[in-house]
Amino acid sequence: MSALHDSHLGGGVVFPFPLRGPDFSGGRTAATPVHGAVGRYLLISGLLLLFSLCLAGGGIVVAAHADSEILNVSYDPTRELYQEFNVAFSRHWLEQTGERVVVRQSHGGSASQARAVIDGLAADVVTLALAYDIDALAAHQLLPRNWQARLPHESTPCTSTIVFLVRKGNPKGIKDWGDLIRPGVQVITPNPKTSGGARWNYLAAWSWAETQFGGDPGKVRGYMEQLMARVPVLDSGARAATTTFAKRGLGDLLLAWENEAILAVEKLGPHDLEIVRPTRSILAQPPVAVVDRVVDARGTRKVAEAYLRYLYTPEGQEILARHHFRPTDPTVATRHAQKFPPLLMTTLQERFGDWQQAQARHFADGGLFDQIQKSKPAP
Amino acid sequence: MSPRRADLPFLSNRSELLSEPLWVRLLLLTLALTFLGGFLFLPLFVVFGEALAQGFAFYFATLRTPDAQSAIGLTLLVALVAIPCNLLFGVSAAWAIAKFRFPGRALLLTLIDLPFSVSPVVAGLIFILMFGAQGWATPLLRPFDVKIVFAVPGIILATLFVTFPFIARELIPLMEEQGVEDEESALMLGASGWQTFWRVTLPNVRYGLMYGVLLCNARAMGEFGAVSVISGHIRGLTNTMPLHVEVLYNEYEFVAAFAVASLLTILALVTLGVKNVLQWRYRDQLQAAEH
Repeated sequence: MSALHDSHLGGGVVFPFPLRGPDFSGGRTAATPVHGAVGRYLLISGLLLLFSLCLAGGGIVVAAHADSEILNVSYDPTRELYQEFNVAFSRHWLEQTGERVVVRQSHGGSASQARAVIDGLAADVVTLALAYDIDALAAHQLLPRNWQARLPHESTPCTSTIVFLVRKGNPKGIKDWGDLIRPGVQVITPNPKTSGGARWNYLAAWSWAETQFGGDPGKVRGYMEQLMARVPVLDSGARAATTTFAKRGLGDLLLAWENEAILAVEKLGPHDLEIVRPTRSILAQPPVAVVDRVVDARGTRKVAEAYLRYLYTPEGQEILARHHFRPTDPTVATRHAQKFPPLLMTTLQERFGDWQQAQARHFADGGLFDQIQKSKPAP
Repeated sequence: MSPRRADLPFLSNRSELLSEPLWVRLLLLTLALTFLGGFLFLPLFVVFGEALAQGFAFYFATLRTPDAQSAIGLTLLVALVAIPCNLLFGVSAAWAIAKFRFPGRALLLTLIDLPFSVSPVVAGLIFILMFGAQGWATPLLRPFDVKIVFAVPGIILATLFVTFPFIARELIPLMEEQGVEDEESALMLGASGWQTFWRVTLPNVRYGLMYGVLLCNARAMGEFGAVSVISGHIRGLTNTMPLHVEVLYNEYEFVAAFAVASLLTILALVTLGVKNVLQWRYRDQLQAAEH
């Protein structure tokens, strides 16, 4: 025993017993020495670790092949629009400056995207569903409070409106907002707490009801309660709601952005879906802004500003119109007039003041939307 | 270890005592198979059917798009970092817990289980609250100019968090059951602590370890919730495969979405296959881990 101890202390170890796994197999023994296999296994794991660390290091520098890279954090239904627009802008920027720019995109419900930017998602530009969500960034000093005055048309290069998407042939005969609360009609709309489109939907319904009932607050409230009682699910973003309606087949009607509705008909089935335009809707204004704090830190202000200004050029407006947004440029608008029939559209200002007021009254915690959700009748 | 059937004579003649009539067995079998078919095989076929709806050429073309490639690369990277880290942690934690008694041992055990009981979404939010622009750890990191949330490090952190218990949880019961006798003999015979670990402890648990790595890998590659919260969904940059499936699905690219989903399904099938082989060959050793 002492000899063994000496060798132990000396470092050179003689292993006096054959090494093998303990016999748990009831006679079916793995009698081979296994330390070699395990050693190899661990060696491989070690190499993998090293390799992955190299990769991790590499991943951070990989993005360096473009001259600059900017991130556009946007809302849900603009996915296809910016895929095309980004390519066009990169080409335009290369022609103008000789620099290569890669525009990255990220999409989700407008409010949740704004939240992510506040939490540190490094957006050079934000293109969101409504001004309130960009105001929220201004409240966190990411950009100045007067951001909306920095670009034409209150920083909205295009507008849209809220329309109805119904099943082909309109089996429930839905014509206007009043038909939505008929018995047996199910309505799909996303959650106004997270989705910008949903807030426009809600305000469009509200403003129709105000006109319809001569501003009687009780009747307006009653209509909204009836309407919300017909909503089986509240998705978090406009796109999820479209998928719920068109792909999963839930509901008789989807309240949607006009652009989203046209796209859904185009992509998911001209034979399954059709659009109904109500007698009155709301002028939806999705604004855009450069995030000063981010572009100044990253040195991307010039390209970020050019990116947003390109939205206002005839080429940019043409792409917007092609993706079913109502262009603000009159020439481009005339060219696409057929696609965007005129519609009586209330503006946010004339009914709800500004977004701060609308948000505080309707969508803040304990606001009218929450009260309606609580007091609505059982479906 | 549970007693073997041969040790219990009253159970040894199983076929006579425990058999049900033929029709009962057939009925049960049909029920089980219908259930399996409806809930497991049918969805599997749907995934591959949809993925190949426009032929093999289209299938491979969608997997070769830059965004898909980047998603696959990021997923592999995340797994490649998460597994070795959890391997290191899992083995050392299991070793410490199973072979030694020390103050705080019970606490450590509870902490290891924490990621199992926390919802993945909360796991993601924890990191946003810590490292987000408003987070309390952010001022500390500012001088180093590292981005954690909405970047690759955050995704790796979130994945590490949710896959943290897999290896340790697999090893602890196994090591506890094996006890310390083997190690004691090795030490008695003159092996150093390090040698005992490499040559006795580790070989004894190798199959449990592989099993743990397998499960850890499956979760690391498939994690959606925690990663979704922290990724920022920047395509080509911070989208992993599960997130990329969602993006494609939301963009009405259903075939492409199912093509990427089919890769994850193949991963699941391979995991399942290897798991079964391991289970079948080393069932006695693995049994301990399932107690």
